[in-house]
Amino acid sequence: MSIFIDQQTRLVVQGITGRDGSFHTRQMIGYGTKVVAGVTPGKGGQLFDGVAPVFDTVADAVRETDANTSVIYVPAAVAASAIFEAADAGIPLIVCITEGIPVLDMTRVLPYLHERGARLIGPNCPGLISPGRSKVGIIPGNICRPGRVGVVSRSGTLTYEIVHQLSTQGLGQSTCVGIGGDPLIGTNFIHCLSAFQADPDTDAVVMIGEIGGTDEQHAADFVRQAMTKPVVGFIAGQTAPPGRRMGHAGAIISGSSGTAAEKMAAFARAGIAVMKRPADVVPLLKERL
Amino acid sequence: MNLHEYQARDILRRHGIPVPPGEVATTADEAHAIAVRLGGSVVVKAQVHAGGRGKAGGVKLAANPAEAAAHAAQILGMTIKGLPVRRVLVTPAADIASESYVGVIVDRTSQRPVLIVSPAGGIDIEEVAAKTPEKIHRLAVDPRYGLLAHQALGLALRLYRDIAQARAAADIMQRLYAAFYEVGASLAEINPLVTTRAGAVVALDAKIVVDDNELDRHPEIAALRDASAEAPSEVAAREAGLTFIKLEGTVGCCVNGAGLAMATMDLVKYYGGEPANFLDIGGSSNPQKVVSALKIITADPSVRAILFNIFGGITRGDDVANGIVQATKALSLKLPLVIRLTGTNEELGVQILTQAGFSALTDMDEAVKQAVAKAQAA
Repeated sequence: MSIFIDQQTRLVVQGITGRDGSFHTRQMIGYGTKVVAGVTPGKGGQLFDGVAPVFDTVADAVRETDANTSVIYVPAAVAASAIFEAADAGIPLIVCITEGIPVLDMTRVLPYLHERGARLIGPNCPGLISPGRSKVGIIPGNICRPGRVGVVSRSGTLTYEIVHQLSTQGLGQSTCVGIGGDPLIGTNFIHCLSAFQADPDTDAVVMIGEIGGTDEQHAADFVRQAMTKPVVGFIAGQTAPPGRRMGHAGAIISGSSGTAAEKMAAFARAGIAVMKRPADVVPLLKERL
Repeated sequence: MNLHEYQARDILRRHGIPVPPGEVATTADEAHAIAVRLGGSVVVKAQVHAGGRGKAGGVKLAANPAEAAAHAAQILGMTIKGLPVRRVLVTPAADIASESYVGVIVDRTSQRPVLIVSPAGGIDIEEVAAKTPEKIHRLAVDPRYGLLAHQALGLALRLYRDIAQARAAADIMQRLYAAFYEVGASLAEINPLVTTRAGAVVALDAKIVVDDNELDRHPEIAALRDASAEAPSEVAAREAGLTFIKLEGTVGCCVNGAGLAMATMDLVKYYGGEPANFLDIGGSSNPQKVVSALKIITADPSVRAILFNIFGGITRGDDVANGIVQATKALSLKLPLVIRLTGTNEELGVQILTQAGFSALTDMDEAVKQAVAKAQAA
């Protein structure tokens, strides 16, 4: 098993004909993901790479192909609209890779999804992968190995770094989820931790956070109260200057809440093994497995 | 993007919020002329993107135009928290009976816009939150309906007993909430919202921070950017589509992804070095971005070695490799370069670098150690 995606995932790609959308659709197909459809308004009727029929709307794609998961690669200006469209078409799992969506757009998107029972992963995230089963997004498949460690992260490339450490040292992954670096996201640490706790094929979890906000502190409380599986954690931004936005809109320290030191202390109090650097992940996990 | 006080006041005024008159001066003579037009005593206020202007001496009361000119001359020569003051706002001295606070932000936990009000106005709201949290009242707003009239009145009654003043404040809150969405703000605050002795409710000072992701669809707001109020290297980075923050160390860092960039800085420190900057070249990076990144890093004279840490996902290794080759040709780079490249199109990237005479590492710790050693040896 795995969380959120597996062999049953039937994917529709929103923005399949764009530069990023087409490149990563080929990567996903190459990995074995069932890409059943693409959507680009105005290009309905085309066939992408001889594999995936392209539709003008997500509703058409769902009706014709029974797609049950969507991934979004459209530009930021129309990304909120793409999420609304996927939810309206009845897609239960929407993964938004697009970065740069205004936060106020997300204040309108999130209640809309909630009312329809749809789960959003992202935005501004690398997506997720259940190694050997399915990949939705942009996480490079070749760095992952099937296995029993769950990974959840606010970052993109830092996730790859840590997954790479795991794979090259013999620890495969059940699912790796990049939840995104924005202040407002659809799926948070707790949603993923809770799914990993319930997944019989996950033995331990790696949680990768960063400065800004209090999500990691809430997640630490959840680990203490509700998790029996071991958790290893990392916080990026120990050397970040206060008050400055570090690329991710979420990665800003303001006042005393949101510093790396505070988050690492919350992890330690909750019994989470705290990494000082990415290379610590395997030794800490092996002590606990 | 931060707006200046005078720009935020203009936006509030456009939304029908009562704001005292006032004009901006860039010279003492202009300040004198404004004070003459306003009549009576005035306040001269530094326009910089920094809190604590009053404590730094950047806000001064003047009894007459001559004093206003003298204060303006002094304030216009000041530097507040490293930022040079290039403009002052001249406004009539307010006759203040009470000061309160009204602000709107997006709350990460409730995932909604939240109105924050406090009867303790005129001081930093974070200080109020820390010392007297009972004086802060919050309301999460459903963005589909906006701030409803009874909700605004309920908050206003926390600030004012007088019903006419409460109604006036409630109206201001609804207008502030509308302005928040209209300009695409991540923060909009009036601090202080004052009552005058005549009983009027007026926004005396305003602060608006606009979400950078909104600027493409708000060109009129983007045009308000004051590049002279920011570090030149950060302006250059923004124009090249990069995120750059200058730090004090000697190891120049060029990384794809904010999280990995922060982890790279942390690792530089872990191995005894000091990062010279935070630089995220972002996803989908084309070779030109890498050229711009190297230009910005090498413009910092304290940089002794440059570290590339690229883990390809949406960023492709060959794009970065081409950028490094192009940039080193164009810039005749003399600093030692340590390149770590792995992930999407890694083989192609390494091939391009090898052909151009560079070597690429695959291990992050090894690359950081080498970069720190080279920076310390230089």
